[in-house]
Amino acid sequence: MAEIRNYTMNFGPQHPAAHGVLRLVLELDGETVVRADPHVGLLHRATEKLAESKPFNQSVGYLDRMDYMSMMCNEHAYVRAIENLLGIEPPPRAQYIRTMFDEITRFSNHLLWVASCGLDLGAMTVFLYAFREREMVMDMYEAVSGARMHAGYYRPGGVYRDLPEAMSQYTETRWTKGKDLKRRNEWREGSLLDFIEAFARDVPDRIDEYETLLTDNRIWKQRTVGIGVVPPDKAIQMGYSGVMVRGSGIEWDVRKKQPYAMYDQVDFDVPVGVGGDCYDRYLVRIEEMRQSARIILQCVDWLRQNPGHVMLKNFKVIPPTREEMKDDMEALIHHFKLFTEGYCVPAGETYAAVEAPKGEFGCYLVSDGANKPFRVHFRAPGFAHLSSMDELTRGHMLADTVAIISTLDLVFGEVDR
Amino acid sequence: MNGTDKSLVEALKSRFPERVSISPPRHGIPTLEIEVGAWLEVCRALRDEETFAFGQLTDLCGVDYLGYGQSEWETADATFEGFGRGVEALGPGRFDWASRPEAGDIRQRFAVVAHLLSFTHNRRLRIRCFAPDEDLPIVPSLVEIWSSANWYEREAFDLFGIVFEGHPDLRRIMTDYGFTGHPFRKDFPLIGNVAVRYDSQRQRVIYEPVEIEPRVGVPRVIRKDSRYKADEVDQAADSEAERLAAQAAATGEGERDG
Repeated sequence: MAEIRNYTMNFGPQHPAAHGVLRLVLELDGETVVRADPHVGLLHRATEKLAESKPFNQSVGYLDRMDYMSMMCNEHAYVRAIENLLGIEPPPRAQYIRTMFDEITRFSNHLLWVASCGLDLGAMTVFLYAFREREMVMDMYEAVSGARMHAGYYRPGGVYRDLPEAMSQYTETRWTKGKDLKRRNEWREGSLLDFIEAFARDVPDRIDEYETLLTDNRIWKQRTVGIGVVPPDKAIQMGYSGVMVRGSGIEWDVRKKQPYAMYDQVDFDVPVGVGGDCYDRYLVRIEEMRQSARIILQCVDWLRQNPGHVMLKNFKVIPPTREEMKDDMEALIHHFKLFTEGYCVPAGETYAAVEAPKGEFGCYLVSDGANKPFRVHFRAPGFAHLSSMDELTRGHMLADTVAIISTLDLVFGEVDR
Repeated sequence: MNGTDKSLVEALKSRFPERVSISPPRHGIPTLEIEVGAWLEVCRALRDEETFAFGQLTDLCGVDYLGYGQSEWETADATFEGFGRGVEALGPGRFDWASRPEAGDIRQRFAVVAHLLSFTHNRRLRIRCFAPDEDLPIVPSLVEIWSSANWYEREAFDLFGIVFEGHPDLRRIMTDYGFTGHPFRKDFPLIGNVAVRYDSQRQRVIYEPVEIEPRVGVPRVIRKDSRYKADEVDQAADSEAERLAAQAAATGEGERDG
């Protein structure tokens, strides 16, 4: 009789369901996965080493490119670590803006997740629906920072600038005119806050739309219920965080347990799954989008009533304004020193974690008192999640690997760093 | 969280009187420095004992303390030479282990730093272990205690060359297939050693030594002058003023649009 051997297959690095550059070496017995060996590092850019060669401020931009689906949350972790060591605290308005944009980011991340996960499992429509809303989130990013994705908006000591008074509008083109133009500009008549508010009020209905497509969909449930089950003790043992632990029924959210920014001032619920399978993780993410909308509305409300500074006034760390710089010799010197040499951060080490949409994003920062970090390490949630790929997929069918990769919510910018 | 942190430090002190040193939480998280011989034993206790119950290893990374506290720019005396005094100095990747700069009061070069999280007590702990030998740094592996350490240790091995004894699968993880060296060590140049390009004559991808010059735009500076003294006083006053201003919903807005 012929010898039967397992079949080894390469999944990726260029595979539409690999969410980037994941090379997964799968050992298959028929269609059942016997062993999965993820090869990562194809997008390794040595961000941590690069950050060591630059003054503290200049690395904020790299953080956008870590998890490029939730840009501002990454910045938040890094900026918080620097603020910890410097012993400064941004003004409350900046903290509220950060809270609001963290939640906008969370919404946008989960939106893209539901889109691409749907696409992976054969649901095309939800992808098109989600990109309709994503466009508006990108516009919010652009309005506040000038960039649609890689914002570079959070700075140690606050945020780069205050929210704009006017929202950009569509102009008339051959394709957008008349009634259509009016509809598209309807929310854009006022300030950015008006736009965000209109969006956040409208969004629960949009989430209902996604849910009608998926939640009770027979095919969707067949593909996700009971797939990739993670028991709670395993979830802790394997270093999971964020939705991955909450999906398994552990009530753990850094925003609630170790609050940062203004999360102790806003009211929101933490959804928790029951079974720990792909379907539960889907439900948790959908509910988190609704909660994000809730937090955004509370922040909008506060920000309307409380104008003020969005940056500390501290010339040792924060550059003076343009006008001050042109007017005052002392301010000019500070400006020059801050943009050439940067600022020295007191020696010490710190770990600052934020609840990024994908899980706990942490920044371990060691300073020896210089103007550059001595060592900086980023704890990316996706790295821990992917490392358990073998345990998660073993015994599943090949097609289920796609569902599992999808609900891990991987982005290789942060896995490889 | 400060109250619980204090009780944690007390509990750690009474439980591990020897072979470890505890630094109090300066920025939120206490640090436990553990001798390499006691690394596994202490970690197991940290996971299993009720008072600690650190169920999760959130993060683990290597640190290379070579050149800690060294600056590249002479700040004490000004010269007429300008930028030259920065460019000539030692910088990351411009020295080797033989001509290493003084490492201050750091005893050993390589350390493994891990962050633990207790879901039951809602607190964090940083643990650190220095590898005794700097030529071949060996530290026992934590995979048996926390399975999430697996890839983190592979990463620390790949980037720093720290060997984790007892690790089930210690392969490189981040760098290219066939890479030599450990790129995050402080004596590994930032520009790397080899460059990869497509050779149209040989019709294949080749590796060759890098041609670019190392160039770090901003020198590393450690300042201890007056700008960094009395900071805390200013700081407290500043942030207090900010808070009052915000509470009173002051009229000034849009301060920063430079």
